[in-house]
Amino acid sequence: MWRDTLLVAGKDLRIEARSRVALSQVAPFGIVALVLFAFALGPDRALMATGAPGLFWVAVLFCTVQAVQRSVSVESADGARDGLRLSGLDPAGLFLGKTVAVAAQLVVLEALLAVGVVLLYGARIDVPWLIVVSCVLGTVGLAATGTLYGALSAGLRVRETLLPFLLLPIVAPVLLAGTRIWQAAMAGGTPADGTQWLRLLVIFDAVYVALGVVVYGPIQETA
Amino acid sequence: MNPNQRVRSPLLQSARARWTVRIIGIAAAVATAFTVWLGLWVTPPDQVQGDLVRLVYIHPGVAWVALYLAFGLAAVASLLYLWPRTRSLFWDRLAAAAVEVGVVFNVCTLISGSIWGKPAWGVWWAWDARLTSTAVLLVLFLGYMALRRVPAEPEVRARRSAFLALFAAVDIPIVHFSVLWWKTLHQGATVLNPDLSPTIHGSMAWTLLLSFVALTLVFVWMLLVRYRIGVLEDWLGTGELDAALRERQAEGAAPDPAGDGSEAPAGAPVPEGVR
Repeated sequence: MWRDTLLVAGKDLRIEARSRVALSQVAPFGIVALVLFAFALGPDRALMATGAPGLFWVAVLFCTVQAVQRSVSVESADGARDGLRLSGLDPAGLFLGKTVAVAAQLVVLEALLAVGVVLLYGARIDVPWLIVVSCVLGTVGLAATGTLYGALSAGLRVRETLLPFLLLPIVAPVLLAGTRIWQAAMAGGTPADGTQWLRLLVIFDAVYVALGVVVYGPIQETA
Repeated sequence: MNPNQRVRSPLLQSARARWTVRIIGIAAAVATAFTVWLGLWVTPPDQVQGDLVRLVYIHPGVAWVALYLAFGLAAVASLLYLWPRTRSLFWDRLAAAAVEVGVVFNVCTLISGSIWGKPAWGVWWAWDARLTSTAVLLVLFLGYMALRRVPAEPEVRARRSAFLALFAAVDIPIVHFSVLWWKTLHQGATVLNPDLSPTIHGSMAWTLLLSFVALTLVFVWMLLVRYRIGVLEDWLGTGELDAALRERQAEGAAPDPAGDGSEAPAGAPVPEGVR
């Protein structure tokens, strides 16, 4: 299973390294979202700094949708999905591989967005490790749910419109937890508040990773 | 395939089953009428809330049906569909019917809650944990209905929908706790402390109980009717309509007085229960 995970993740990341879709389209999209949020809130820097945690995570959620769409679409052409199914790879490995690839791209995006939030909104971060841990945990949950929902909506002609609608409400707990942890880690927050939310993220990740490992094979038969 | 096989389902086959549905419908109507009468005329107004308290005969009952009965049933039915031993389109259609009726009740919960909230708390909407969870639940199951509308073979659609219901069902407790903490960590005391006196008795308690029974009956009736429609929709969608039409044409051609031997095309019989 682990070997298959690395194979599939390597394949997706190689595709990304050669096509640079996430880098040249999804990342700029995230930055555009940050700029638009700033326009929506007005030039009040204090207000932007207050809203920064939530805006960061909303931008991450939007980028997740894009990254998952991309992760699904690389399999949709030339019967690639059938090829993967025929390859005899373990479905759990397939799921974990796709998840790892999406997560790796999201982590890079998040680093970029975090820098953007600090520079553009003037957010001051006091406890950086809390931010890093929340981003890693949140990313695992987002990538796992995204991969699951991507598989569920793969092959649907209405995938582009349906996937965000199905995925975004499911990951609402990640948005809530991530925002709270950031607030706790920023200047004026109480870092102790963050630990409870970290637990929630761990539970969310565990539930959806476990679910994905178990049901990813059967899901593929529905597409 | 013989169209009768597709339509075979316990709720369509027998006249007795159809009568049961009808009787449940009548019982639901009678119980609802009694609740309205008791709730609007017989029970006294509340000391604190006045006539506003009469919403207690609608709102909790509707919420009970939407949040527990309908979505609980949908989750269980979806699991039973996914479980290989109990896999049957019966569970899929039951889940779909429960979600659809549940969404209606969920919207009624939010509307009746809003109507109550405006005079009682001064706002149409409060970001309270319960309200927020209810709204998220509504969105999750609207997604379920959207996925079901994507055209597909009934078996494929059933698997897809059941997986989606499973993913959503495991999310509900997490959403619940996260919005609970979100709220409590955000501000200490909430405005939404129940201001109903903890003990309500006499006619009010009985009316409240009756409202739960009435709304549960309404739910069961709507569920059965929706299930029936679901079966008929699948039957229509899988092309047996053509067979039925040919059968009809054959009936029209049979008593042909000229007797020119126009042959009736071989058509499948109209299944029982689809008249």
